[in-house]
Amino acid sequence: MKMNRYQADERGYYGEFGGAFIPEMLYPNTEELRQNYLRIMGEPDFQEEFRQLLRDYVGRPTPLYFAKRLSEKFKARIYLKREDLCHTGAHKVNNTIGQILMAKKLGKSRIIAETGAGQHGVATATVCALMGMECIVYMGEVDIARQAPNVARMKMLGAEVRPARSGSRTLKDATNEAIRDWINNPVNTHYIIGSVVGPHPYPDMVARFQAVISEEIKWQLKEKEGKEDPDYVVACVGGGSNAAGTYYHYLDNEQVGIIAVEAAGKGVDSGESAATSALGKVGIIHGSKTLLMQTGDGQITEPYSISAGLDYPGVGPMHAHLYKSGRADFIAITDDEAMAAGLMVSQLEGIIPAIETSHAFAIFDHRTFKPDDIIVINLSGRGDKDLQTYIDYFKL
Amino acid sequence: MNRIQEKMRSGHKLLSIYFTAGYPKLEDTVPVIEALDEAGVDMIEIGLPFSDPLADGPTIQASSTAALKNGMHTELLFRQLKGIREKTDIPLIIMGYFNPVLQYGVEAFCKKCREVGIDGLILPDLPLDVYQEEYEPLFKANGLLNVFLITPQTPNERIRKIDEGSDGFIYMVSSASTTGARDGFGPEQRAYFERIHSMGLKNPQIVGFGISNADTFAQATTHAHGAIIGSAFIKMLTEDGKTGIAPFIRSIRKSP
Repeated sequence: MKMNRYQADERGYYGEFGGAFIPEMLYPNTEELRQNYLRIMGEPDFQEEFRQLLRDYVGRPTPLYFAKRLSEKFKARIYLKREDLCHTGAHKVNNTIGQILMAKKLGKSRIIAETGAGQHGVATATVCALMGMECIVYMGEVDIARQAPNVARMKMLGAEVRPARSGSRTLKDATNEAIRDWINNPVNTHYIIGSVVGPHPYPDMVARFQAVISEEIKWQLKEKEGKEDPDYVVACVGGGSNAAGTYYHYLDNEQVGIIAVEAAGKGVDSGESAATSALGKVGIIHGSKTLLMQTGDGQITEPYSISAGLDYPGVGPMHAHLYKSGRADFIAITDDEAMAAGLMVSQLEGIIPAIETSHAFAIFDHRTFKPDDIIVINLSGRGDKDLQTYIDYFKL
Repeated sequence: MNRIQEKMRSGHKLLSIYFTAGYPKLEDTVPVIEALDEAGVDMIEIGLPFSDPLADGPTIQASSTAALKNGMHTELLFRQLKGIREKTDIPLIIMGYFNPVLQYGVEAFCKKCREVGIDGLILPDLPLDVYQEEYEPLFKANGLLNVFLITPQTPNERIRKIDEGSDGFIYMVSSASTTGARDGFGPEQRAYFERIHSMGLKNPQIVGFGISNADTFAQATTHAHGAIIGSAFIKMLTEDGKTGIAPFIRSIRKSP
């Protein structure tokens, strides 16, 4: 039996994907992190502080909830991993807690981050406030205009929000600006990337911080079902951090099916989609070789989804490998399907999910399950931030 | 011997100019090369525009965006460059990001470079180890020198490795920054220039980033073999157009 087929090798490759395709100006920054991240994460005092904050500040463990009415409706045993109950309303904070502790260990005094919809920006501003660190969040000008509440949250938490005015002025450009900042401030600054993307060691490091999700699922499911392994784990994938955390401890256990749900936007072939696995070709984005939506000439294109958290033109290299190897089953869900699923979960379970998460609940029209199949869906975020979109969509 | 290597043997301080292909107008690529050649520059870096140029500051970003809007693409650049060797012998380097090259096909790209008479490539996000493991034979078979960057933060040991793996010149990034002009070099940069000089590398060094006028050119080339001007040239080109090229080059060449 081969071990760790689906995790990063020591050079940060998942199969043919990953690596560090970075200009030399970034080499010292990523190299410092690469040489230290595993050692630091392995130190008992780091682990103790990380665990303590996840427990007392984030509110972990998050419940694993048996969704009775959903289970009846779809005739399977459906569990929801309640990451929406994390402080700040989504799984994002698991990673920012880990990385801010990492930054402290590395002696950094200044934090930068990118954000699309603002969830990762808020999670970063939160931990910077907690640790008294300077925080600068890059956000596309377009996103600043359409995500005003999260911009206000970041400011209230003491962060500076800098508009990214280049390119399409959205998430990918905010990431470019953050990388440029890091090039200009290589010594005192740590870059908290928000997903399992970017150059090695980021995808692996972020996945390890998010791995607490599947670590908890294992013992929680054991308590409830008498076994650690569900038949399927399900998560939505934009960059892929909540999915990486949900799959992490099951990656090499092929008894557990992996379902990855991408945003088809207005339809995979509509020209307005974010279904990277279906539409992407091998390419380089933000220092990582992965599947990438791009023109035939290698220019990166702008994806579309109704959920701002899923419209990234690439995907984490772990997921590119899960797709290419066939280990994961990728399903593309349209805006309309996701919105309908979000409404359904709200009314069946009394939980309003983030629109990103709603995509994961739309799989039941695409796949059939057996009545005794145990399915764990990661409920990665709550829908408060999306109320306006839901209101506009359903004319509530 | 490659045209770049030949040029490196000349005694004077080399002036290399970077510009973005297809900028300011789509058809300006070759006229800009000709004007630079006439103005007496030593080497030209032709920028292949990319949608996400993450090592570049605002000036080169804007020129790349404009060039793409103009309709610039890889195949078109090769079409424009066809016949360039009947016009000039100046060393020509294509500088760009790795993704467009990857999509074109690295082998096809290298062959096209050879066909039109390109002498070298600078692909900042193609790391040394990947280049050596996967692409070096392709570059060599097509007579292309691959140029690597070093920065003030690059450890000496890595500089040695890069020196070992290079056979044209080393692109010395002047400071920890993206591309773009700054107001001269401070003591930190000068110490870095001296440190690199004292290492006695086998490859000549050409300094880039932050060079915009005769003063900064002179400072950068105190020890190094030459310097590259990009953003300041593009700024001039945006403001004055191609007629500004000869006066701009003269202004750099004059003794400070």
